[in-house]
Amino acid sequence: MSAGPVVSVGRVSVPAGDAETQEWLDALTGTGARRDEAVSRLHGLLLRAARFEVNRRKRVLPHLRGAELDDIAVQSADDALVSILARLSDFRGESRFTTWAYKFAIFEAAVALRRRAWQGREIPIEPERWPLVPSGGPSPEAGTEQRELLAAISDGVREALTPHQRRVLVSVVLDDVPIDVLAERLGTTRGALYKTLHDARARLRADLEERGLAREHEGSKP
Amino acid sequence: MTDADVLVRRLLGPGEPEVGCDECFFELDRYVDLRIAGADADAAVPGMRAHLDGCPACAEEHESLLALAAG
Repeated sequence: MSAGPVVSVGRVSVPAGDAETQEWLDALTGTGARRDEAVSRLHGLLLRAARFEVNRRKRVLPHLRGAELDDIAVQSADDALVSILARLSDFRGESRFTTWAYKFAIFEAAVALRRRAWQGREIPIEPERWPLVPSGGPSPEAGTEQRELLAAISDGVREALTPHQRRVLVSVVLDDVPIDVLAERLGTTRGALYKTLHDARARLRADLEERGLAREHEGSKP
Repeated sequence: MTDADVLVRRLLGPGEPEVGCDECFFELDRYVDLRIAGADADAAVPGMRAHLDGCPACAEEHESLLALAAG
């Protein structure tokens, strides 16, 4: 596990005492039948992880049958295997090898499922879809303070954000468009788009402060 | 927490320093194994918890990896 000392084996670091991780690395960086067997075993591990993810998220794709869902899992495991074998030297030994490998399969499956769920669906472009407070009257569960806050945030969205920031915020927060799906549609990366979202949120918080509405419930509460 | 609270929180984000999606992916296995080991993962990977609060896609992948690796 990662808390222990790390030793180097070739270009790869492994946690001292983790025999299973060591065995994986020895086999995958070796040659011949032992490596082939390890690659096959790794694919099985990744397929298990991809199926695990597909099973957790399949409710977002109620129209897909079992075979179609399993195709997504198999393709995700294949893609993860390619990534892992190309990045084996990036493994730092700060986790178990299996945990490191699982994350590639889960990532591939999660992205594939989100994209499939939004395949053929138009992403609404309604940057002026404000205010957040319904004009028909106050929500029964939103108190006066909340309504004022939402109204102020609405003003901030309209006046303080750039059109791109507004579009990203509306799509991700109000329309629940997955950030990687939106990134693909806009021809950018998930990381770049999250930076836009992060900057938009920071601008909104600053705008609230300027309006004298610094928020006591701001911040992450575990 | 009301729907309005959730909406405000999603609009304004975590409001504290956070890693980005790329760094989140890079650190995710270490963070998860630290959590499984009962170590202070949030102290070891500053900004991770805030990012998971603010990014639904990374949060989904974190939940899945934690569930799978802990099983």
